[in-house]
Amino acid sequence: MSEKDKEQKQGKNISRRSFIKGVGTGTVAATVAPAILVGDEKAAEAQTDEAVASAKIQLNINEEVTEIEVEARTTLLSVLRDGIDTTGNNVDLTGAKLICDKGECGGCTVLVDGKPVYACMMLAMDAQGKQITTVEGIANGDDLHPVQEAFIKHDALMCGFCTPGFVVSSVALLNENNKPTIAEIKEGLSGNTCRCGTYPFIFDAVETASQEM
Amino acid sequence: MASWGEASQSRLIGKRITRLSGKDKVTGKAKYTYDINRPGMLYARILRSDVAHANVIDIDLSRAEELPGVKAVLPIIEVGKKLRYQGQEIAAVAAETDDIAKDALRLIFVDLEELPFVVTEEDALAEGAPQIRDWVGNKSNPGTNEKGEVEIGFNEAAVTVEAKYHTPVQTHVCLETHGNVAEWTDDQNLTVWASTQAVFGVRDDLAGRFELPANQVRVITEHMGGGFGSKFGAGVEGRTAVQLAKITGQPVKLMLTRRAEHLVAGNRPSMTQHVKAGASRDGRLIAYDMRGYGTGGISSGAGFQAPYVYSVDNIRTERFNVTINAGNQRAMRAPGHPQGAFAMDSLMDELAEKLGMNPLEFRRINDPSEVRQAQYTLGAQEIGWHRRNTIPGSGTGVKKHGIGVGSGLWGGGGGRGTQARVTINADGTVEAVTGTQDIGTGIRTAIAIIVAEEFGLTPTDIAVKVGDSGPGLRSGGSGGSQTTASVAPVIKTAAEAAIQKLFEHVAPLLQAPVDDLRVGNGTIYVASDRTKTVTWHQATGLLGMESISEGGNWDQELRQHGVAGTQFAEVEVDTETGNVQVIKIVAVQDCGLAINRLTTESQINGGVIMGLGQTLLEERIMDPLTGRMLNANLEDYKVPGTYEIPEIKSIVFDTHRKVTGVGEPPCIPTLGAIANAVYNAIGVRIRELPITPDKVLTALAQKKHKEVSNG
Ligand code: FES
Ligand code: FES
Repeated sequence: MSEKDKEQKQGKNISRRSFIKGVGTGTVAATVAPAILVGDEKAAEAQTDEAVASAKIQLNINEEVTEIEVEARTTLLSVLRDGIDTTGNNVDLTGAKLICDKGECGGCTVLVDGKPVYACMMLAMDAQGKQITTVEGIANGDDLHPVQEAFIKHDALMCGFCTPGFVVSSVALLNENNKPTIAEIKEGLSGNTCRCGTYPFIFDAVETASQEM
Repeated sequence: MASWGEASQSRLIGKRITRLSGKDKVTGKAKYTYDINRPGMLYARILRSDVAHANVIDIDLSRAEELPGVKAVLPIIEVGKKLRYQGQEIAAVAAETDDIAKDALRLIFVDLEELPFVVTEEDALAEGAPQIRDWVGNKSNPGTNEKGEVEIGFNEAAVTVEAKYHTPVQTHVCLETHGNVAEWTDDQNLTVWASTQAVFGVRDDLAGRFELPANQVRVITEHMGGGFGSKFGAGVEGRTAVQLAKITGQPVKLMLTRRAEHLVAGNRPSMTQHVKAGASRDGRLIAYDMRGYGTGGISSGAGFQAPYVYSVDNIRTERFNVTINAGNQRAMRAPGHPQGAFAMDSLMDELAEKLGMNPLEFRRINDPSEVRQAQYTLGAQEIGWHRRNTIPGSGTGVKKHGIGVGSGLWGGGGGRGTQARVTINADGTVEAVTGTQDIGTGIRTAIAIIVAEEFGLTPTDIAVKVGDSGPGLRSGGSGGSQTTASVAPVIKTAAEAAIQKLFEHVAPLLQAPVDDLRVGNGTIYVASDRTKTVTWHQATGLLGMESISEGGNWDQELRQHGVAGTQFAEVEVDTETGNVQVIKIVAVQDCGLAINRLTTESQINGGVIMGLGQTLLEERIMDPLTGRMLNANLEDYKVPGTYEIPEIKSIVFDTHRKVTGVGEPPCIPTLGAIANAVYNAIGVRIRELPITPDKVLTALAQKKHKEVSNG
């Protein structure tokens, strides 16, 4: 992003806030009864007002420092996927997926200081000063992690949309417990959902990987 | 006659081969539509109705338009029209960030006049119910079917069963929601990344709507995160994305939210059957009388199979469709079959019990499929059928085990309409291109296997390009388990033609006739003198500045239509909590020639697990008071997770060497197998899915009550 664009963006944030404040006091047109207004002025105001407070932060992602401007409401996941850093580059780490947006599916799992975290549930600002590892940072260059090798070998993926989340959760599980029983594997991966039904082969893959590690 | 050759001759076909896309998928490199980031891309969202039925009085977009960062606001429904279900599209916005788009939706003001609604089948059919479509009633004209004389059948029957079976609406829950990224390269050329099962279907749909020649629309689906039958057309969201991109002159990404995915992106219709059936003393099913209905939401199409699989002499059926104020049904993995299978297989067991007959024996008498007859033997052995309770519910202890069986059938024979090109370049590289799409089934890898087999190479040597309409090589949508059987013959014949061409170049060098040449392991040699050989690269080097590029044709000798399957389930029912844990499923699935045994097994696992979800967990819950879906998220709408997964023993039952699709059939027999196993465990039948703990506990309590009052 160019300097001018950045200024413009910041400028827009300010005017956006005052704009919302402005409409917040407006009145709603008369309606036919019974009627419902789908728009929600108060919520829009509250949400936007609070959200536009923004700051420049630094995040350590896959052992690289990324500087990025975020709003208070910006999640870690949206930085990874959609963020543009202060040098104008897309962060573009799209391995983690937003699937449920609610901490229900594990599709967005990343490691934060080695622990699995739902990136959709963590604010970017709260990730400052921590080591963030995404699925893109699990392999060592071209050398795949044993979990990744085992996922391929056992066909622990079909459409593959849930796969990054499962890979990261499996790595986290094996880091904690490198010889899990099948019950422990099920528990360790219980926060992840797959709709294609790859689970049986995921369990096999984690077992295989545990033998390699 | 074209053939896939003998199994013993195959190096690759029928073996367990890992996916070509595996590495990209485990490293996060695989780009789905949802992952596409284009320079200057805008984020779009759709404002949806939060009510089930209303007149649109006014829509005020002006405040949303004024919000900085908003680039376009587009009305979707016109003032004066009706919203007919929760989630229906009202307007859309495109903005610089997704958060701004979200904010903008809150600034769209819509005046609605709420109308009476019905969101359950019962309410829709009730006397005096509001009729929610102006042009036709809530209840469609029934379709009837009659064969033989059902009354005569009942007169002859030694036993009869009358029961009501019900399966609720299930949603697809594609983990990648429906969506597109649309980009106009100029005002006559459009590129769309689409999460679709039909690249060419979406292309033609958009070309038609935006009045463009089809070859000026390019649709790309490199990877896609699940469709299960719900992702064929461009959809409202696709057309909206394209329109917004046109208005703004910028690329637009529009993906549905998880909530919208549940509400509007398709579902499997419900089914309710009132059925009466009769069997003769010697175990023949001789009479079947069914009256049933289902709802596909605001649209029709709530069909189901009844009777199913087993032969009946005398049949009378009547079924109709019920319209409610809820999102449309769409095809979902084996449309109509799982619900039909649940009812039929439950009914079969009920009849067998009245006859005092082993349910497997009763099936053997009435099942016309030789394949399934063989599968019954195999599956029974694998599950240990003899371990079942001869008296249902007779096990002791808190946790009771039971074993059950279910059956299914499907087509999957493929068809014409695929064009492909296999190219051999002078540098030895090989490309296989066709317009199909890999929706998770592994067709990309199957194509590589077929070409590599013909060329004596390994699958990773083949650059397979699918999921792109750009090359103009059309293939059909991935539905009906037709993809492999449609694509594989074309690829094989193209590869055969290409290698023949290469042989023509090689023959003079090896001083042998073309028909004496064979491929080896990375070589081409003379069959009658194996000392005469060239490496693949030496051979392709002869091409100089040329490439060999050959098309293929669909040869129906290479595929077969019609598959049979049967499954056995062992369950453990906790009689204190009501929880049903499936311990093991044995899935004996007719597969024909499995091009890739590994991905075929994945398909079977996936089908079984989706069937398990439908049996034990999944249900769209509509609130009759508010007209809203109560569980439009992944927390309250339960899909199977790690704890629910049983041991799955998939038996790839290949009776012939012709290609058939198996994406859908393995999800069918699971329902009856589990439901019958639950009955075998606890001795009370649950005729309404999903079999949740509350239903199990209620059933057990009723049984106890009966025992007490009888005793
Ligand atoms: S998207 Fe984060 S848990 Fe589902
Ligand atoms: S592989 Fe498709 S959702 Fe898991």
